[in-house]
Order: sequence, then C-alpha cells, then structure tokens
Amino acid sequence: MTATLVRFDGVSKSYDGRTRVVAELDLEIRRGEFLTLLGPSGSGKTTTLMMLAGFEDPTAGSITLEGARIDTVPPHRRNIGVVFQNYALFPHLSVAENLAFPLSIRRVPRAEIGRRVAAALSMVRLPGLGGRRPQQLSGGQQQRVALARALIFNPPLVLLDEPLGALDKQLREELQAEIRRIHAELGVTMVYVTHDQSEALTLSDRIAVFDQGRIQQLGTAQAVYETPANPFVAGFIGENNRLPATVLDATRLRLAEGSMLATLPHGLQAGAAALVSIRPERVLLEAAEAAPNAAAARVEEVVYLGDHCRLRMAWAGRTDFFAKLPRQQAGQVPQAGTTLRIAIPEAAIIVFPA
Amino acid sequence: MRRTNLLAAALIAPLLLLILGSFLVPVGLTLFRAVADREVVATLPETSAILAGWDGEGLPPEAAFAALAREAGAALQARRIGDLAQRLNFERTGLRTALLRVARAADRLAAPHAQSLPALDARWGERETWLLLQRAGGPTTALYLLRAMDATRTPQGEVRALPVEERLYRTLFLRTLGISLLVTALCVLLAYPVAAAIAGLRPPWSAVALTLVLIPFWSSVLVRSTAWFVLLQREGPVNGALQALGMLEAPVQMLGTRFAVVLALVHVLLPFAILPMHSVMKGLDGTFLRAAASLGANGPQRFLRVWLPLSLPGVLAGGAMVFLLSVGMYTAPALVGGDRDQMVAWFIANFMNRDVNWGMAAALSAYLLAMTGAMVGLVRVLTGGVAQAGLRG
Ligand SMILES: Nc1ncnc2c1ncn2[C@@H]1O[C@H](COP(=O)(O)OP(=O)(O)OP(=O)(O)O)[C@@H](O)[C@H]1O
Ligand SMILES: [Mg+2]
Repeated sequence: MTATLVRFDGVSKSYDGRTRVVAELDLEIRRGEFLTLLGPSGSGKTTTLMMLAGFEDPTAGSITLEGARIDTVPPHRRNIGVVFQNYALFPHLSVAENLAFPLSIRRVPRAEIGRRVAAALSMVRLPGLGGRRPQQLSGGQQQRVALARALIFNPPLVLLDEPLGALDKQLREELQAEIRRIHAELGVTMVYVTHDQSEALTLSDRIAVFDQGRIQQLGTAQAVYETPANPFVAGFIGENNRLPATVLDATRLRLAEGSMLATLPHGLQAGAAALVSIRPERVLLEAAEAAPNAAAARVEEVVYLGDHCRLRMAWAGRTDFFAKLPRQQAGQVPQAGTTLRIAIPEAAIIVFPA
Repeated sequence: MRRTNLLAAALIAPLLLLILGSFLVPVGLTLFRAVADREVVATLPETSAILAGWDGEGLPPEAAFAALAREAGAALQARRIGDLAQRLNFERTGLRTALLRVARAADRLAAPHAQSLPALDARWGERETWLLLQRAGGPTTALYLLRAMDATRTPQGEVRALPVEERLYRTLFLRTLGISLLVTALCVLLAYPVAAAIAGLRPPWSAVALTLVLIPFWSSVLVRSTAWFVLLQREGPVNGALQALGMLEAPVQMLGTRFAVVLALVHVLLPFAILPMHSVMKGLDGTFLRAAASLGANGPQRFLRVWLPLSLPGVLAGGAMVFLLSVGMYTAPALVGGDRDQMVAWFIANFMNRDVNWGMAAALSAYLLAMTGAMVGLVRVLTGGVAQAGLRG
C-alpha cells in the first residue's frame, strides 16, 4: 500500500472547447487524509471533484485510484462515496432504505444490511429515525443521512461537495465536528469542496487553494495561512493589509510613501517592485520603542467585535491599515482619534514579487 | 383572523356557486333522471291514484279503466302523450300501440270500460299491464338502471337478467373499459419515453419539443378524428403508402375497425399523457441519478429503482387523465369506428338525440360516472404512498 491513493496527472477540463475550467492539474491525494479544495466560485472545484467521481470526463490527462486509471471507468464502478450539496436523498425511500440502497445493489445479505444500517444510523447519531422519509427530517439530519449513505458501503474515498452550504452557522459547526470525528474514526480518505475558508481551516489535513482552474497552493492549514505562496492565497485566506513597496536590500523594503520596513531575508533583487502582506492580528499595538518597524499610527475607526476590536488606522501614508486588538483583558477600548504606537515583527511581513 | 376568514369566504363564494351551478347541479340532475319516473303520474294522475289503491289481485276496478280512457284521450288531444307512450313501450314493447289505440278511441268507448278496453287491445285485459302501470306510478324506478345492466323486473317485481339475445349494455361497458384501458396503456408506453426525452433537453429545445407536443391542441378533436377518417380510407394515404412499400397486396379495410378507433384515440389523447409526466420529470433533480450511480447502481438499476418510482406520480396522473377522457370519447369512435366499436358515450348521445329517452341516457351516464369514479379512487389508493414522494421538500 502506497501513501498515494489518488493521483491527477496533467488533468484539464473544458466544457466549451476553448476555456479551460481546470488546467493541467497535478494533485496527489494521500491515503486517509482530509483534503479540502478551497477557492472562489467558478474556480473549478466541483469540476475537479466530479471528474474524480466520474460524472465529468477530463479533456486531457489521467486520474488514477490505487494506481489504476479510473478516468475511463463509469461512475457506478468507481466505488467512491459522494455527498451532494442538496443531499440527493431518494424521496421515495425511507431513511433506512436510502442507507440500504448501495448495500442491496452490492447484494449484501439482508440480515447484514439491517445490521449495517443500524450501525450507520448510530454513527451519525440518528438512531431510530430509519423509518422516516427524508422530507420529514431537518436539513442537518438529512445531511447526516447523506453522509452515512456515502460511507455505508465502505468506499476508500468519499467526496463531499459543499455539504454544509445550505445550513446555518451553528449547525454547520456542529456537523463539521461530526465529520471530523467520523473521518478520524473510520480513517477513510475525504476530499471536501468548500469556498468557506474557516471551514477549510477547521477540517483539513491539507488544503488545495484553487483559482481559475489551477491549484495556487497545496499545504496544511498553517502553511497556506502563514506562508501563502502568492498574493491570491494571502488574500483569499484570512484578512491582510497589502502595501506596494520597492526592495532596498536583502532585508529591507521601502514603502510607497517613503517609510522603511525591515523584513526577514526575502530573496528579491534590490530595486525590484514588491508587494507586502501583513495580517492584522500580527500588528503589535502599544509596542515598546525598540520594537521592529515601530511607528505611530492614528486610530481612524474602532469596531468592537466582542472577542477582539478591529482598528482602522492611518499608517504608512494610507488610512486603510487594519489591526486586530484581542480582548485578553477587560479594559479600555482605544478611541478613534488617539494615536497608538504600533510595531510589525519581521516574521509577520510576507513579501511577494510584484 | 376571523375577519380575514370571512373575507376569504366571501371572495370564494362566487367561484363556489359557479362550480355548484356548472358541475354539481347537472350531475345531480342527471343522476336524478336515471331513477325518476314521472310520465305516468304526470299524464294519468287519476288512473295512478286509483291503481295505488288496487291490491294487485285480478284486474283493477272499472274506475281505473274509465279513468285511463279519459286521461289518455285528453293527453292525445293536448299532444302530451308522446313521453308516456315512450316510457311504457320502453318497459314493454307494444304498450305504445295499446295506449294510442285507447287514446284515439276514447270518445267512442262504451261502458263498462273493463270490457271495451280489452276488446280494443287484448293487453288491457292482462293483469301484467296493469301491474306495470301501477308500479310506474313513481316517483322513482330502477327500470333504467337495471336495463343499463341488461336486467329487468318481472311484473311480479323480481329482478331478472334479460335473455342473452337482448343483452347489450354489459358488453358495451366492458368494451368501453377495454378500449379505454388499451388506449391508456398505449398512451402511457408511448408518452413515457417522449416525456423523459423532453425533460432531458436543454432550455431552448425543451420548449420547442413541448410546443410540438401541444400543436395538436390547436385543432379540435373533431378535426383530428376527421383527418384519420381521410387517412384510413381504402384509397387513402395509409393504404397507398403500405402498398407502395410492398407491405400490402391490396387495400385493407381500416375504417370501421377497432384498430382505427384505438389509433385515433391514442393520437387524440397522447398529449394528455405526455404533459403530466413531463411536468413531474422536469421537477426531478438530475443529482438523484448521479447519487444512485455513485452508490453503485448501473443504468438499468438507476432507471428501475430511482427514475421510475420518482416519475410514477406523473405516469399515474397521465394515465388517469387519458383513461377518464377516453371513457367519455364520442367523436373519434363515431367517425372511424364500426357499429361494434362504439362506446358508451355514443349510446348516451343516441338516447338523448334520437330516442329522447332521458332515463336511459342518464342511467348510462351514472354508470360511466361510477366507472371513472372507481378509477380515480384506484389511482388515489395507488399513489397514496408515491404522491408526496415525487415532490421533493
Ligand atoms: N456543465 C457545465 N457546462 C458548462 N460550463 C460549466 C459546467 N459546469 C461548470 N461550468 C463552468 O466551469 C467553471 C467552474 O465551475 P465549477 O462548478 O467547477 O466551479 P466551483 O469551483 O465548484 O464553483 P462554486 O464554488 O460556485 O461551486 C465555471 O465557470 C462554470 O461556469
Ligand atoms: Mg461547486
């Protein structure tokens, strides 16, 4: 058993023969991992997933599962579980019959079907609801059933296309925890599509950030958040302040307005144009005089958000520089109009070539 | 809350009255006509009253004979005797003649009438005739309902099946049922793939296809049936084409056959099967099929276990629609069918237009109504579990 379960090799997809919705995709999915495809609407996530499930044919390239090509195998013989955004539970069957469907197709003996259906229902914490029709369940319950149905025939791989998209925030978080628990319990490989970054960060072992049909970065949640590969990833995941700059030397930049910024070695040529990205929560407020990149900044606007305050500040010649002030201690909230001394640690400055 | 309810009721009231007036009232009247028996009381009120007191033994009293002669004569003078003659003759052939003889001779008949009437027509000397007249005193009768099932009542009041050679209506109902079921089955089988294909088309084409299905509605049933009359003639295009293709040696008689009736009915009714099926299938989400495939179901399994059950409400609705319309079809069988291919509606029309026998027309209508009602009930029972399942939610 190799560590690689699925492999995309130069896979492209075009619906109209001109624009490539997915372009030269190379991707390895590891056995047992939870991989999330994250990206804006229209970036090709669903298309990628559907090519894996077999509902779309790649225009070019190959897809292998367990080392065998599957892009020519019809979907019903791929043995891949799929959870659809609108649940796709069969309305003419009861919950138990929905769960039994893949088993009876596989000619599993009746007694065993009964046992496995009961086990699946208790796995998704819906024991006793087997007799109901899907339409008699809430949205969250329906999604649990859909998840159980995609897992009950023990596929090595389960694909989930924005399964929680239709649910409200609280239910979504509850089900995220559930999915994580089930993934850990079963050790099944899951590929999960979402355009909700916090969902991706919560769930994933690795995240593949999609844009315009290409993977912009593939890595752990921490890697894509803290060391984004390009401005798109930095901007798509989490908030960031972006500032154009010019390279002075190996560890210093000059911002457009003239002030200097000390960084870690960034590897760009002196004189080159650069783009600086700074996360609001990495900005130090009320910093000591000797702190790196210390400067005075005026508070323009304060938004109180409970666990933290969001400050819009005037800094480096702009008035849209954001910083986050965590509310670790009760106390005064900074007032608009006051001036704070801020600092930006070198490690918090991400430098991209512009 | 109360106010809005009242307002709603007030707004609905005119519609309710319209439905009542245009549907329930005629149906009620028809059902009433099937059992009403008023001709004798209306035309021979005195005779009826006397017969009501008769014990049915031997012959009625002289007064009954005299009253009959007087009232029959008066009715003839007033030209009101036709309905009565028709009513009596329908129950027993020959009574029209017997009645008219008495009516015409009313002035000249000498007392005692109990002797002069039988002398004029022997039937007035028979106890059965008078029993029949007594029972026809109304206000209701089972005569028409029994006759429409090929049964009759003996003068003694027992229900009997008609002799085999006089039977007609049971066969007629079975024929109507048979033709309608065949037409329904053919329509469902033809409509299902068409509806599925249209549901699978992309937007501009699905609208085009649906319009093509609807085009027949732009012409009346009469025009479409007439078209088949032209097409199916001995020298018509169908025979011509089959001969040209070498499939026929000589022209075949197609008009006046059961085949022609079924063909015309299927053609006329097919859109009524396609539309409900299409509307159900259009609402079915394609992801159901994808889900089934992802769960391991192959093409036939996906069709049998997912698509078919989900589209079943449309099949039943379309089938019921075709059946209900087919059972009451008049034009198409009348135009292209032979004498042995006519359905109940044709007989109803004949009883109304030619025989002016409202009782029989109403009795046949009542059974037709019962038949369709039973069918609707059956479909409702069958769809009980499926109906809500088809609608996602
Ligand atoms: N069946 C199709 N025919 C033609 N174009 C399609 C089809 N399906 C998707 N597309 C196009 O392909 C592109 C990528 O679509 P895809 O559904 O993969 O995006 P996505 O990343 O899943 O977006 P979302 O987050 O909105 O679901 C889009 O521009 C879309 O319009
Ligand atoms: Mg999508």
